[in-house]
Amino acid sequence: MEQKDHIIEVSKLNKSFGSNQVLKDFSMKLVRGENLVILGKSGSGKSVLIKCIIKLLEPDFGEIKILDQDISELDEDEMDLLRKDVGFLFQSNALYDSMTVRENLEFPLRRHWTLEERENKAEEAVMEALEDVGLSHTVNMMPAELSGGMRKRIALARTLILKPQVILYDEPTTGLDPITGREISELMISIQEKYKASSVIISHDMNCIKMTSNRVIALIEGRNYRTDTYENLMKSTDPKVSEFFR
Amino acid sequence: MDVINSPFFKEVGEIARFTGRFFKQIVKPKQEYEEFINQCFWIGYKTFTLVSITAFIMGLVLTIQSRPTLVEFGAASLLPSMVSVSLVREISPVITALICAGKIGSGIGAELGSMRVTEQIDAMEVSGTNPFKYLVVTRVMASTLMVPILSILAIAISLYGGFLGVNLKGSVSWSLYWFQAFDALTFGDFIPSLIKTFFFGFAIGIVGCYKGYNSQKGTEGVGRSATTAVIVASLMVFILDLIAVQITDLLGLT
Repeated sequence: MEQKDHIIEVSKLNKSFGSNQVLKDFSMKLVRGENLVILGKSGSGKSVLIKCIIKLLEPDFGEIKILDQDISELDEDEMDLLRKDVGFLFQSNALYDSMTVRENLEFPLRRHWTLEERENKAEEAVMEALEDVGLSHTVNMMPAELSGGMRKRIALARTLILKPQVILYDEPTTGLDPITGREISELMISIQEKYKASSVIISHDMNCIKMTSNRVIALIEGRNYRTDTYENLMKSTDPKVSEFFR
Repeated sequence: MDVINSPFFKEVGEIARFTGRFFKQIVKPKQEYEEFINQCFWIGYKTFTLVSITAFIMGLVLTIQSRPTLVEFGAASLLPSMVSVSLVREISPVITALICAGKIGSGIGAELGSMRVTEQIDAMEVSGTNPFKYLVVTRVMASTLMVPILSILAIAISLYGGFLGVNLKGSVSWSLYWFQAFDALTFGDFIPSLIKTFFFGFAIGIVGCYKGYNSQKGTEGVGRSATTAVIVASLMVFILDLIAVQITDLLGLT
């Protein structure tokens, strides 16, 4: 019964690039409905971890289960279907710059909705996702016409359009000013409340972590060094953990 | 062993594997017809003006340059025949392919390279869309189809350029020019020429896509992808042309 509450399970994950071993026996579990933050220094392997989870990178060793499915056993088509339930917000936003905002949002529907569904319901879904991020007026604009914060919101709207069960955020507030960063953090909380989506958030923005996290994993030297709440980690006297809070 | 492990052979191996992946993906169901049509428009229609102007000048210049030699041998009347054989067999297909290698190869290389470094290709993958099928298969197919069509158009326009060239210092009627031009041609001239343009188009598409799809190192990598796509695609055109000429020679079609 407890197993079913784990939406993502990572066991003994190892990943190297040449002689540089980035992840060493990393393990974690994401409980349904929670926001789990991965905290770590730059280059510590945070982004590598979530790219392994979504199978953009192949791990060298270890097991990743999403919704009780071992992703190493899934073929290309099965993995594509699973990706419907896993949203990914890129650090760079990764908006398709040759497409309008509407086309960007409609793009994920091509694979997962039938032609009839797209013709009848796509417009409504696009507008709902845009309203959720407060940018319904940008529907016909090009990504190049948007500010950094707006692009982040549109990328989030594109992630939301398939109503995923889990969202992976890769440094969602990096490169944004503190006010916009705070707005994005608030948006992530409101989205979690509305969509009941679980989240894995990669970040080293302490304000964002404080606002959004239910639990925090300190990723140090490629390992899950410690998992605890933000408040408990902040009080930690372990020098490797406390240096994040200085 | 060192030779086999050299960057050149590694690159050749990677392109072969990329080509294999293309054939594997093309037979999988659910084709991206809309994107294919879109790419045909961009590759074909948007290159047509450049190909047309070049083809016209090629036909005109070849005729003007050939005339003195033929006049010297008292064979000026063979000018339409000679020009048509040269243009149909070799010059129009190869020049069209080289223009396409420059315009299409660099365009695809830069576009996909830019998408790679800005994580747009990864974004397609996580949204459940097969980016290889959506981006690579459609572009290679469009290039394979459109280069032969552009080449046929280039042949027609260059022959028209030849007609004007013949009449600059002589007088040949419209009907006589075309009669002489086509009288010198056989299917053995036209068919091999057409077949090789499919291979040119395929090579241009696959090289452009390979370079762009595997682009690295940020904006510098995008520039490098576009440049090397043009160089490798142009080289491939000449190598394929050499092979095609050898095969037609072996088959006795020359």
